[in-house]
Amino acid sequence: MTKSDTTTPIADADGIHRRGFLECMTWAGTGILWSLSGGLPSGLGLGSALAAEPAKAFTFLQISDSHVGFDKPANPDALSTLREAVARIKTLKEKPAFMIHTGDISHLSREKEFDDADQIIKEAGIPVFYVPGEHDLLDDGQGKAYLERYGKGAKGAGWYSYDHDGVHFIALVNVVELKAGGLGNLGTEQLEWLESDVAGLPSSTPIVVFAHIPLWTVYPEWGWGTSDGLQALAYLKRFGSVTVLNGHIHQVMQKVEGNVTFHTARSTAFPQPAPGSAPSPGPLKLPAGELRKNLGIVTVNFVRGAQPLAIIDQPLEG
Amino acid sequence: MRQPFFAQLPALRANPATAIFAATLLALVLGLAARPAAAGEEATVSIDNFTFSPAEVTVAPGTTVTWVNNDDIPHTVVDKKQAFRSKVLDTEGKYSFTFNTAGDFTYFCSLHPHMTGKVVVKPAG
Repeated sequence: MTKSDTTTPIADADGIHRRGFLECMTWAGTGILWSLSGGLPSGLGLGSALAAEPAKAFTFLQISDSHVGFDKPANPDALSTLREAVARIKTLKEKPAFMIHTGDISHLSREKEFDDADQIIKEAGIPVFYVPGEHDLLDDGQGKAYLERYGKGAKGAGWYSYDHDGVHFIALVNVVELKAGGLGNLGTEQLEWLESDVAGLPSSTPIVVFAHIPLWTVYPEWGWGTSDGLQALAYLKRFGSVTVLNGHIHQVMQKVEGNVTFHTARSTAFPQPAPGSAPSPGPLKLPAGELRKNLGIVTVNFVRGAQPLAIIDQPLEG
Repeated sequence: MRQPFFAQLPALRANPATAIFAATLLALVLGLAARPAAAGEEATVSIDNFTFSPAEVTVAPGTTVTWVNNDDIPHTVVDKKQAFRSKVLDTEGKYSFTFNTAGDFTYFCSLHPHMTGKVVVKPAG
């Protein structure tokens, strides 16, 4: 990594065989792994009030950046790798309660691209919660097509929240009205909504926030961050467990800061270079046989107890 | 090949000299409409590696600037003050805008707003 401060994101480089890891993983083990990764002590977990409640575990899943319609050398068939990702979901031992898609469903916001994506994603057989990426707002209506298809019941440009088994999920949109020279942006209206959305919640409520562009500053030189992301996180400061899930950068990065765990998912379409390692963040063309090791899905396990959520990245291959 | 409509008018057909005059006039009018009087200049900005190149161009009023996307990722060209806004440009996609008024136009890519560029329009001399 090029940066050396304590907020440096940690690349996914542990070399653990993911599938085997998932199968034999215990919650405690994952918590320890995270503690070591983040260089922070354990005990980051949920409030003690929650720990007293009967344990009820569930798993949900994240996919991201399917870029359906992308056909360039880095991956001539993004639709088939999405199909492989969904096939992998279907083989999971524990069926996830639902899936979140953290944006860039399509490559150019074309109806056919959305249609093709929907057709394949629905084969997973679980509910899907979407947020848009900047590639999903390229229709003439600048996002109208996305909202008509995925935005029912959502506010503004497509933000919303919901609850699942005591966990509060917040879907944010940081890809509209981007300013010249700037980063991802949430905007005043959405921030005000967020503040009121969490106002009534007890601080022991586990929070999961998801949005397309990382809410934390990964690499501003490539626009990898959200200008008002800190403002959003300020509203979540009092909560004992906050998990932030993003996409956009097509690679795994994670960091833990206080009670907040940040994580970015792989794409199902093509990888992008590590920050600063290439002239631009354009699609990374890998040698034959390497592509699927750099695409993947994410499973997130939630157990009521003393640990933060366990986030497991699974490549499509390897 | 069909004759021009004005050549079919009886009055013009009766007088070939008038027809030629009318045709010349019409061609002039059409030419003016398609291209402003001061125009003719062209400039190109290429998009490579998430960068507008050259990042700044200075052109005379009436110049048409064409952006060409050479990346494997789509980009857009959007004026900060909404004077122009391209549709999405996929690989090899092009967008042209004719700058008729003098001034500084700062633009960016709405997908990747860290990409910015500038067109300076001022009379030559």
